[in-house]
Amino acid sequence: MRAAVIVFPGSNCDRDMVEALRQSGADVAKVWHKDAELPQGLDLVAIPGGFSFGDYLRCGAIAAQSPICRAVVDHADRGGYVLGVCNGFQVLSETGLVPGALMRNSGLKFLCKTVGMTVETQDSAFTADYSQGSEIQVPIAHHDGNFYATEDELKALEGEDRVAFRYSDNPNGSISSIAGVLSANRRVLGMMPHPERAMDAQMGSADGQALFRALVGQTTHG
Amino acid sequence: MKAIVTVMLKNGVLDPQGEAVKSALGGLGFSGVNSVRQGKVIELDLDEGTDPTQIHEMCNRLLVNAVIESYHLDIV
Repeated sequence: MRAAVIVFPGSNCDRDMVEALRQSGADVAKVWHKDAELPQGLDLVAIPGGFSFGDYLRCGAIAAQSPICRAVVDHADRGGYVLGVCNGFQVLSETGLVPGALMRNSGLKFLCKTVGMTVETQDSAFTADYSQGSEIQVPIAHHDGNFYATEDELKALEGEDRVAFRYSDNPNGSISSIAGVLSANRRVLGMMPHPERAMDAQMGSADGQALFRALVGQTTHG
Repeated sequence: MKAIVTVMLKNGVLDPQGEAVKSALGGLGFSGVNSVRQGKVIELDLDEGTDPTQIHEMCNRLLVNAVIESYHLDIV
C-alpha cells in the first residue's frame, strides 16, 4: 500500500501519522503543501493533525485551498482513500470531501484527553477490523471539534450508515455525538480523535492499530 | 474601493462564544442582555470597479463556510 502524508505549515501530527502507517506495513512518503502533484500510484492520502496556517480564518480553510488539496480532491474523485484526523478532518470538511463543519468546542476549552467512542459501522476500509458497537479508547486534542451538520446532511449521514464513530460521552457538543464521518463512497474518513496516537498499550491505548491494519490490508495489492 | 464582509453564524447554529460573552456581561452587572452573537468583519481593499459578483465568489469560495455561516456585504 502506498500512502502520502500531507504536511502544511503548522501540521504537528505528521510524524505520528507516518509512523502509524509504516508500523502497519504501508510505504509512506511525506508531501509538502506547495507540491501541486501527489506521488504516482497512491492508495491513501492522510491529512494529519495540527494547526495548518495557524487556524487563520477558520480551522483548515486556508489549507483546503492549497494546490496540494486540489490534488487530494482529484485523488478522492478517482476513488482513492483519504484519512483526515483532527485538523485533517477540518481540512476535509472545508474541501467538501466530507459533509458538515467543525466549530469551537461547546465548553470553549481546548480538550486533551483519551475518550471512549463506539464504532458505528464496520462497512468501510477504515473500520472493518473493529466489531460494530464496540467501544474503543482514542485521544482527542482539539479546540474546534464540535461537529455540526445541516439537517439534510445529518439525515444522509445517519440514513446511509456514514457515521463511523460516536463519542460515548460527548466532550465537545458535537451534533448526535459524532466523532467521525465517511464520504458517500465510504473511502474518505474524517475524524477528530487521533488513532495514530493509540498505537501502543504503553502509550495509553492500542485501539488505533485496527484502523491502520484494516486500511493497509484492504488496499495492499498482490 | 473597500468591501466590508460581515460574517455571522447562521440562526439556529449554537454560538458558544456569544453565550460566554453574554454570561460575562451578566457577571459585570449588565442586565437586559437577551442574546449575544459573535461574528467577524473582513475588510477588503480592492481595485476600483471590482465586480461585486467577484466579491461574492470570494465569500463563497473562501471567506465564508456556508454550512454554518452567513454574510453581509457592504461596499464603501
